[in-house]
Amino acid sequence: MINEGLSRMPETGLGVSALALSRGGRDILAGLSFSLEAGTALMLRGPNGAGKSTLLMALAGLLNPDAGQIDHAGIDPEAPKYGHLHYVAHAPATKSGLSVAENLKFWVDLLAGTPVDIEAALSEAGLGDLGSIDAGLLSAGQTRRLALARLIAIRRPLWLLDEPTSALDTAGAAWVGALISNHLRQGGLAVIATHLDIAVDGNVKTLALGGQIQ
Amino acid sequence: MKAMGAIIVRDLRLGLRQGGDLLTLVLFFVIVGVLMPFAVGPDRPLLAQLAPAVIWVAALLAQLLFNERLFRGDFDDGSLAVFRHATIPLEMVVAAKLVAHWLLTGLPLIAAMPILALMLGLDGQGFWLAVCSLALGTPALAAFGAIGAAVTVGLKRGGLVAPVLVLPLSLPVLIFGAGAFDLARLGGSSQALLLLGALSLLSVTLAPFAAALALRISGE
Repeated sequence: MINEGLSRMPETGLGVSALALSRGGRDILAGLSFSLEAGTALMLRGPNGAGKSTLLMALAGLLNPDAGQIDHAGIDPEAPKYGHLHYVAHAPATKSGLSVAENLKFWVDLLAGTPVDIEAALSEAGLGDLGSIDAGLLSAGQTRRLALARLIAIRRPLWLLDEPTSALDTAGAAWVGALISNHLRQGGLAVIATHLDIAVDGNVKTLALGGQIQ
Repeated sequence: MKAMGAIIVRDLRLGLRQGGDLLTLVLFFVIVGVLMPFAVGPDRPLLAQLAPAVIWVAALLAQLLFNERLFRGDFDDGSLAVFRHATIPLEMVVAAKLVAHWLLTGLPLIAAMPILALMLGLDGQGFWLAVCSLALGTPALAAFGAIGAAVTVGLKRGGLVAPVLVLPLSLPVLIFGAGAFDLARLGGSSQALLLLGALSLLSVTLAPFAAALALRISGE
């Protein structure tokens, strides 16, 4: 199951101050501030359209804020700018036409740069005997597991997860909870947008975002 | 370098496993060459005279058709967002994808040249000039195509807009590419080939930066 013996993550933090975000000319969030220290998870809750995914995109550097600041503390300034974070969105970033193992291997080559035991990561994600199968043949839940396998194979301190348990069964949801709990124990950070409860042990904060689309 | 290699290998694998697209590209190119003698008639000198124009128009259109694929798939399945968090900058990701794109859309055209040379009645010298001009010119076409594909990747009907954007940029390639034949025939120097090479070098160097900038904006 989940490997508990790994060393701690580098000490990182995440700070957001007076953040304002808009998409397509519509204001989504304004005046948002919070800070997270190492070993903390932040659950983003709120109805559809509240801005959970938009906030995650901004934290992942995919969306420029209209105002305010996002500070990634404790990051080596020499390192690649977003080399410390994982962003797992609704789109799984997996390719049909490549096998399950080839998909994960590709992201390892691109995101880690160091050799990783692909087999071990896949079996930890519950895809152990599917490594040679075309990723296009996976079910929705298995595709999600393959996307989440990136979190296991490549160690990075900040996880940005958008509905990580969607399409997963009960056992899968529990697995995601254990994965995040273990990440927090190693001093990692996680920001999770979810409308389902995820059982996470450790220091968990919740941020409720308003539902109004302005 | 390992990360760039991984991108090239992945795109080549995807391109070759979905081999139908590759075949369509080559078939399109070859069919234009095959149809030409029937349309023009059995006038070999005239065909040989038209050959540079036919080859280059066919190459340009064949590549235009396939440029949109460059970033579309990665945009749709979320890979493009994850590329932003790679250990290499987005510019290098684009450069690697450009190399794979040329191997999949430029190289097959050069490989198909013997068939066209036969159909259009090119002599040995004409054939080698065609191969040289395609080898020097198609990287520029791919580079301009990459910029167009990056600018339009967020648009739903991007496939219609990109060719219009790319066409003016591609015209110099067409002019010098087709011109490379005529100059040689008149005993002139190979200046057109040199200019074609310069165009390719310049566009291949600059395109990753322009395309990466466009991709950063289109992700929003």
